[in-house]
Amino acid sequence: MATTAVANPVERENYLNTNYGIKSWLLTTDHKRIAILYLISITLMFFIGGFFATLIRLELLTPQGDLMTADTYNKVFSMHGIVMVFFFLIPSIPATLGNFLIPMMIGAKDLAFPRINLLSWYIYIVSACLLIYVIVNGGVDTGWTFYTPFSTTYSNTNVFLAGIAIFINGFSSILTGLNFIVTLHRMRAPGMTWSRLPLFCWSHYATSVIQVLGTPVIAITLALVAIERVWHIGIFDPKVGGDPVLFQHMFWFYSHPAVYIMILPSMAVMSEIITCFSRKRIFGYAFVALASIGIAVIGFLVWAHHMFVAGISAYAALVFSLLSYFVAVPSAIKVFNWTATMYKGNISLRTPMLYALGFIGLFTIGGMTGLFLACLGIDPHVTDTYFVVAHFHFIMVGGAVMAYLGGIHFWWPKMTGRMYSEIWGKVAAFLIFAGFNLTFLPQFILGYAGMPRRYHAYVPEYQVLNVLSTAGASILALGYLLPLIYLLSSLRNGAIAGDNPWAAQGLEWKTSSPPPTFNFEETPVVTWEAYDYEQMPKEVPVVS
Amino acid sequence: MSASTTEAVAQHSLQHHFATMEQQRQSTTLGMWIFLVTEIMFFGGLFTAYLVYRTAHPDVWEMGSQHMEFWLGTINTVILLTSSFFVALSVHYAQRGMTKITALLLFLTVLCGIGFLGIKAVEYHNHYKEGTVPGPWWHYNQVENPDGTTRPAPHELQLFFYLYFVMTGLHALHVTIGIVLLALIGLWAWQGKYTAEYHNPVHISGLYWHFVDLVWIFLYPLLYLIANKHA
Amino acid sequence: MSEHVLPIRVYVLTFIALMALMVLTAFLSTVPMGRELNTVVALFIAAIKATLVLLFFMHLKYENYILSTVVFVAGLFWLLIFFGLTLVDYSSRHVMGVPGH
Repeated sequence: MATTAVANPVERENYLNTNYGIKSWLLTTDHKRIAILYLISITLMFFIGGFFATLIRLELLTPQGDLMTADTYNKVFSMHGIVMVFFFLIPSIPATLGNFLIPMMIGAKDLAFPRINLLSWYIYIVSACLLIYVIVNGGVDTGWTFYTPFSTTYSNTNVFLAGIAIFINGFSSILTGLNFIVTLHRMRAPGMTWSRLPLFCWSHYATSVIQVLGTPVIAITLALVAIERVWHIGIFDPKVGGDPVLFQHMFWFYSHPAVYIMILPSMAVMSEIITCFSRKRIFGYAFVALASIGIAVIGFLVWAHHMFVAGISAYAALVFSLLSYFVAVPSAIKVFNWTATMYKGNISLRTPMLYALGFIGLFTIGGMTGLFLACLGIDPHVTDTYFVVAHFHFIMVGGAVMAYLGGIHFWWPKMTGRMYSEIWGKVAAFLIFAGFNLTFLPQFILGYAGMPRRYHAYVPEYQVLNVLSTAGASILALGYLLPLIYLLSSLRNGAIAGDNPWAAQGLEWKTSSPPPTFNFEETPVVTWEAYDYEQMPKEVPVVS
Repeated sequence: MSASTTEAVAQHSLQHHFATMEQQRQSTTLGMWIFLVTEIMFFGGLFTAYLVYRTAHPDVWEMGSQHMEFWLGTINTVILLTSSFFVALSVHYAQRGMTKITALLLFLTVLCGIGFLGIKAVEYHNHYKEGTVPGPWWHYNQVENPDGTTRPAPHELQLFFYLYFVMTGLHALHVTIGIVLLALIGLWAWQGKYTAEYHNPVHISGLYWHFVDLVWIFLYPLLYLIANKHA
Repeated sequence: MSEHVLPIRVYVLTFIALMALMVLTAFLSTVPMGRELNTVVALFIAAIKATLVLLFFMHLKYENYILSTVVFVAGLFWLLIFFGLTLVDYSSRHVMGVPGH
């Protein structure tokens, strides 16, 4: 058991202790502090979204709609979706880990536009406050998908304000993406060529391209919905020659790529964790990098697979179904390459690796069920059922959230200078994995058996599986609460981490933990390839 | 301005996280281009709706275009193209360090922008009087036939005008933002804030204004030139 | 400074070209060519005007603006994807029918 020999480096000057006081945090332009600000805000929104999920699962314990009315249930699942998609998943990894790490990984002092970075956070906060006001004021009942004409004409809830909140939130996403693209093009340290860039950066680059190209479209779409709410002018109104399906085209043009905004950063984390805990180079660096770009590009070509039964032409359905099969290919390439990376590696089952292994399995299941949905013969039977719900939760929760937690656990020592309790880390990871599977596997069966989504009541035949699902959700909730406790506790009681507790490769590990405000004492000059684990110890050290 | 002062201005303008002025200049320029791409996609949603509805209702679109005031639209196009010319020149003079001329050209551009908005206001007012503002203000329900009788106006005409107002309205909002931006930059140029070594804010604000012009270059034929009524 | 200072002549010539194209497009709109052709011609001229603004006023032709060009072209391409694939639906509704109708 090696103890790191650095004498309390958290007392050295670093980005956390360089300035105290609320003003130094609220007016900071340090990308690391902004990342922490985001971390706190996003965690809060996660638990708000989780609160709504709890209400959903409680209602679905019994076949009757006895906990709440149908109208209330509509609001509950709508707010769950809006909060989780726009205010948790989309910002999660990029705004926290991306913000913190990208400048360090490329050897820069900060992002290209530090003040715009801070502005991004403020825009996020304004939009989140507006959304919380909407929640308190009764929420919306349109689903996070805001389909017309219900959202524009018939709903009696706060569609206008919710649309504005998401509109504003979009700018936060756009500015973050813009910042990352310029940073990766212009701020790399000498010797840090594109082919030496950590795959974390490649994936975030692809994510940023999607954010920049897609988010403006949802902005204008929701703006049109808002205008229609206020002035009753119907661009999607058939009475004046409009088409409600056009809304769906415009909505999904962004919202499908949005799911790649949510998964690409998760894949970014995977590439870093798996290489470190297999003590090996990534297998097929170029393929993984290009696959990220491939996902971003092809992801824009498939949106109408959400609309197979909406009234699009059969020909369009054919085209989009075919394209949807293609989008699976780059994701599969990445899974193969991560697996090949682990082959003959020296696997170390620490907490981040547990999350990574969970990700690979659950993401694969989620992705493959997506192929079932892309199939025109199957989709009409399972669309708008719990099959779809299970599919996207496998990717979003089993994939994205687990990768997020894995990333937090991997870089926690870097961000805070402290190690958390490995035992509690493992316990939480197992609880989350077990709870997740118990929650969502039954939902595949439920959906295939015909249980529709977005209904607060169901036929009694479905109850057993629903009870299992709710039981799983309670375990999952416990699993999510644990890291909150032991991670926060590590800030006081955790072992001092040292510069590189995992003996990982990457520029971020070559500076102190927590890092100094300007990241490096001197700008590094890079002369080595990425994931050069041959130079590193064969075992991940144990820090206590 | 003496060489040492301009150097001092340049060094003072170098932000701490950039290694050189050149890196800063390239980064801010790239940032603005990416922002313009987001604007392409933002307007792009509206152009998509336009495309879909025009192919569905071509006759109504032609009818709608007949309600556009050809000469006002054309004059506005001339104004915007001229303003782009002024902006491009202002960047040229900024590159040469002649910032007072830069400022004057930017103020001329601002005047062009205000002129553009004025004409748009006149157009909007005329539409309001005519009853072709969609929503609660719509009261254009009868169309004149060539023989003097009237027939009911097609419902889809509201759709055309909806897109007209949203597209030109969004464009006018961007013109307004551009006016404020260029006025500020012009003021700072007049006050000597920019030099031959450091004037990228002039350049990238110019890029924004050119983009606003680009959108109008497409709006003009799509809205004003559909019907050949002015032959 | 790697910035290329364009002579004023370039801007003036571009401006004159833009004005000429403007007059041309306004004039051609009064010449009946059939609805589709009128539109195509007008949009084609608009595209030329836009290209002139991009290349000369916005300096895309000069300096090392390969990246900015790629960025802008990518934006346009993405817009075309949006147009194109949406039209795949609308243009084929009468051809193969809509399921359920």
